[in-house]
Amino acid sequence: MIVDENPDRAALIERSLVAAGYQIVARVIGRADLQAAVNAVQPDVIVIDMESPDRDTLEDMSRITRERPRPTVMFVDRSDSDSIRAAVQAGVTAYVVAGLQPERVRPVLEVAIARFNEFQDLRRELESARSSLEDRKVIERAKGILMKRRGLAEDEAFRLLRKMAMDRKTRLATVAREVVAAAEVL
Amino acid sequence: MTVLRLGFVPLTDCAVLAVAQAKGMFARHGIAVQLGREVSWASLRDKLMAGAVDGAQLLAGMPLAAAAGIDPAAPPLLTACGLGLNGNAITLSSALWVRVIAADPAAATRRPLTADVLWPLVDADRRAGRPPLHLAMVYPFAAHHYQLRYWLAAAGIDPDHDVRLSVVPPPRMVDALADGAIDGCCVGEPWNSLAVRRGVGRIAITGYELWNNAPEKVFAVTRRFAERNPQTHLAVLRALLEASAWADAPENRDELARLLAAEHLVGAPAGVIAAALAGDIALGGGARLSLPDFHVFHRYAATFPWVSHGIWFLRQMRRWGQLAGAGDLTAIASEVYRPDLYREAASALGMLAPEIDLKREGVHTRPWALETSAGSIPMGPDAFFDGSVFDPLGDADFVGGAMLTR
Repeated sequence: MIVDENPDRAALIERSLVAAGYQIVARVIGRADLQAAVNAVQPDVIVIDMESPDRDTLEDMSRITRERPRPTVMFVDRSDSDSIRAAVQAGVTAYVVAGLQPERVRPVLEVAIARFNEFQDLRRELESARSSLEDRKVIERAKGILMKRRGLAEDEAFRLLRKMAMDRKTRLATVAREVVAAAEVL
Repeated sequence: MTVLRLGFVPLTDCAVLAVAQAKGMFARHGIAVQLGREVSWASLRDKLMAGAVDGAQLLAGMPLAAAAGIDPAAPPLLTACGLGLNGNAITLSSALWVRVIAADPAAATRRPLTADVLWPLVDADRRAGRPPLHLAMVYPFAAHHYQLRYWLAAAGIDPDHDVRLSVVPPPRMVDALADGAIDGCCVGEPWNSLAVRRGVGRIAITGYELWNNAPEKVFAVTRRFAERNPQTHLAVLRALLEASAWADAPENRDELARLLAAEHLVGAPAGVIAAALAGDIALGGGARLSLPDFHVFHRYAATFPWVSHGIWFLRQMRRWGQLAGAGDLTAIASEVYRPDLYREAASALGMLAPEIDLKREGVHTRPWALETSAGSIPMGPDAFFDGSVFDPLGDADFVGGAMLTR
């Protein structure tokens, strides 16, 4: 999907991308609801002009709607200088300075997609690490509650939780959450 | 002489930057400035980061989000100068307004309008299986976003579950209201007034009514720039302070409106800008409201970087799940907001500056005076529309307004 205010430049980018073997699924030239367009078209990659007001919309989408983030590649005019390219960025987006030469388009997009995927993997890893930490915390709390309420030793409390989880064919953390929630109600 | 590059976004509150350039304040303080108009906050921030601009009008939440580590793309930024108070409004599309009036005819005469009027519609849409109301704001870390959420939450509407919120760039807002792409928005001027003028929207509540004299944009530089160029930075601050005083003077407001109307600045009809600057607000349907403080650039210590304002923004970020964890918000706000630099610039000009860094909000419903050792500074009211009080040093979980806990 190409997002560009300037139809001439959009056409130029489109020609470069097509020549590099990409398929253009949509051209968006200044519309009010970019989010709806992205949801309808579900593009694999978004190519956007850095000078587009829609950048704020895309940034919001990648920040808030985690459902399906996608790589965004930005083309920057030469006048914006290499400094922007040198400075940026965290992997979701790639800046490309004056990258309209057809022979450069393909490698640039490939690198952007690869960096995006790398970033997604990192984020998934971080999220799973964070949730296993959360799990451990809630299991500790549930154990504490059982020890206090039933007068159990720590390993007995843990075995009781594990048995409850096995009996109900569910995760230990799920049972622990229920125990904690029930204790809050009582 | 090196030329400083400063960036702005076409909104009425770029006034102080525009005046400092056009009326010679930058030149008087020995700096040459090139003002660059940007179309998106994200690209302005990235240019600031890359050194493609040296300083910028930014949403107050942007430097704070960077300092809090929730905007990984941003470098450490600081602000020693605000660019004004107020200037936003919440506008409902004409189609939504028709539904509001049908459900509650008395809503047309109530001022300001609370989000309670949306409840029956939210409920009816949910029961009928229709998509929720779609409201837009300009950026996730914008005051507009928090104002909109505050307004909704005060009526018990959960902004994350009862409605759909998304970002629409300000220049697209009026078209989005007209096409029915959104049902309402919170945006700065001149976009609300233009929506009313085109007959596609109705102002429900102005930012001023929501929170009297609320902080808006700030002038930000990278910490690196401020450390490497302390004298230049102070000279810019002095020029901005003088420009803010000029922009605030009632006798200059017409000239200011003509200046801002220019295509290279805001690019909107001078009449629309002049009316908003004068506080003569057309709400839609012939209703008008007189709010002399709709745009405040200098009086009431409008440019002072209150650390407490930073804490207010950070608490909103935490309230709405943008900022997790139990970080020290006062410490983060103090890294970004630099009243010390402001005082240095103000004292060089012989201007009074507040001597305290934090103040409570919501405690003054009428004008008051802030005492300093050199004299008192006239201040405006700071009330919230729901009568709540914000204490920056008080209960860290308290964020103002009817608490909506999840």
